[in-house]
Amino acid sequence: MTDWERRSVVRVVPPLRPRKLAKVPFVELAEGRLQGVVSSGSDIARVYVSSIAAGTHTYSCGTNNNRPCGGLSGAPCKHLQALVTEAVLQYGLDRVARYLRVDVGEGEDLLSRLDGAPERAPAAGVFSRFLRHLAYLELPDTTEPIAELQWFPATRAVR
Amino acid sequence: MLGVQLAALLDGEVPGVAEALDLVDGFDDALVHGLARLDEEQAGRLAALAGALRDTPLGPAVGEAVEKITAGSIGEQELAALAGARTTLLGAVHDARLARFDAALGRARDTWEEPPASPPVEGPLGAGRSWLQELAITGWRGVDHDLVSAADQAVSALLDEPALRGPAVLLDGLAAELRASCPVATMDRVPARRWADLWARALLLLQPGTSGTRPAGAVSGRLLPLGVDVHEHGTAVQIQVHGVLEPTDGSPTRLVRASVAAAKVDTIVGPAVWRLLDGHPVLLKALAEHRSVDLAEVPVTAGGDLIWQDDRATPGEPADPFATARLRLSDALAPAVPPLERHPVRIAEPVLVEGYTIDGDALTLDGHTLAVDLERLPGCGPLTPELVAASSTCVGLVRWEAGRWTLQPLAVQATVKRKTVEAHGGDWALGPTDPKVAKAEAKAGDAVAVLRERAGRLLRR
Repeated sequence: MTDWERRSVVRVVPPLRPRKLAKVPFVELAEGRLQGVVSSGSDIARVYVSSIAAGTHTYSCGTNNNRPCGGLSGAPCKHLQALVTEAVLQYGLDRVARYLRVDVGEGEDLLSRLDGAPERAPAAGVFSRFLRHLAYLELPDTTEPIAELQWFPATRAVR
Repeated sequence: MLGVQLAALLDGEVPGVAEALDLVDGFDDALVHGLARLDEEQAGRLAALAGALRDTPLGPAVGEAVEKITAGSIGEQELAALAGARTTLLGAVHDARLARFDAALGRARDTWEEPPASPPVEGPLGAGRSWLQELAITGWRGVDHDLVSAADQAVSALLDEPALRGPAVLLDGLAAELRASCPVATMDRVPARRWADLWARALLLLQPGTSGTRPAGAVSGRLLPLGVDVHEHGTAVQIQVHGVLEPTDGSPTRLVRASVAAAKVDTIVGPAVWRLLDGHPVLLKALAEHRSVDLAEVPVTAGGDLIWQDDRATPGEPADPFATARLRLSDALAPAVPPLERHPVRIAEPVLVEGYTIDGDALTLDGHTLAVDLERLPGCGPLTPELVAASSTCVGLVRWEAGRWTLQPLAVQATVKRKTVEAHGGDWALGPTDPKVAKAEAKAGDAVAVLRERAGRLLRR
């Protein structure tokens, strides 16, 4: 075993960069997709679930009630564009490109390198993962010491 | 910490530590490949682990567990025995290292007194144990998306029970690391020690009766903060304030910690995390303004952890953490370490170091060199590698990490452009004091407020 393998404290999850959350409150690289939730520009109570599949690059966008997005006409809509932009801010271009399995050269736009077609993907799963994500903020804080967090030191910010 | 004390700290290996860690490696390697697929060498190393513990109270259980697991019968009971064996060895390493530290610095430490028994925490422990069992059978190399997702329900159920927050954030942190590493089979290398640490600790905490914090009494007096240590993963943040307590009952001054932890999401990072802790304004004020705090009957554990209650705390006079460290640290009584928490990562001993030179991440004091941990400078505060490099006085935590002693800076006095400046990890507890950072924060918008608004609108429909 190498010294790295024999360390109790190493960084396994790469740090995320801070970004504005108002337009795209939720982005993740999970379940074989870049997926997330985009706030509607016109209705404060409506959100769109947008996703792009890794490998095939098929894409999908619709409301959380499974109504397809009207902006999807053979090309990614503005919600998908916002999703990709925010994902690149959050994870960095390299990580998003690697996950989606796409080659992006320097100065190239990731979205323009995707050649998938629209394909309906279920929104319910992503939306419930978003709700689970939000539910963390509803948990009460605690003043009992959590010794387990000694394994998770806060590290330097990525700016 | 004086040069002569640092010399004593660094003076040679502690006997037995290398041998104990070698046995731990044997277990960790088995977990990389999965207990269902043990080859002869791995089985031999598990047998050696059982052999080392033969004459301890755990001996018979561990011996039987290794026999059964080698024969292919991998039950919860056997796994708990193995986790206990590994934890025991690392506990011994912890004790040896901490004893070395105490002897080198002349730090007096309280003896452990078992607090009165309290009823075990009831809760959904079984689902998490089953997941850990699946992980052990499969091995880290076999982990895929489906196996990681199987943790979600167990984590959600544990999070709903406040007394089980420890195992909940632990499982959640482990699952997030596995998810980010999927499929693990394609990783160049696996963080074997780390994941086995998290696995073993989680399995022990999910046994009935091991979780939950028991206060041993209550204290009143003046708390003088030394600095703040920050812990964070995607969905949790904890601040741990190290300080000196002067009890009003005339008992000796002692080292204590006060902790606050909040759940969060991964997009809340940097100075924004302080906003999650705003239910504890007295503690945050004390950090941001370098003040003492007067405590009235605040519960404390036998391990020196205050169970913070902001309504029993009153902000006091200004109190310079460097002065506290200089005047009060050397004669303060250090707390005992609770038996289940004995592990080398738990070693975090406050010290004051002065009059050193720094080159990169190596600090030299009277010719003796100590590594400075420049990774552990939290993004929610003003400490930077540049400030540490320009510093000549530091309040920090001595840790034992990656086979060596390190210093984690909590506060530094440095010379920048011929002026003396100070930076403390908690300086931004009430908001960033650096105009550049404050401006960037304002521009980015309030992440916590945005997500709380979304939660309010979408969760209760």
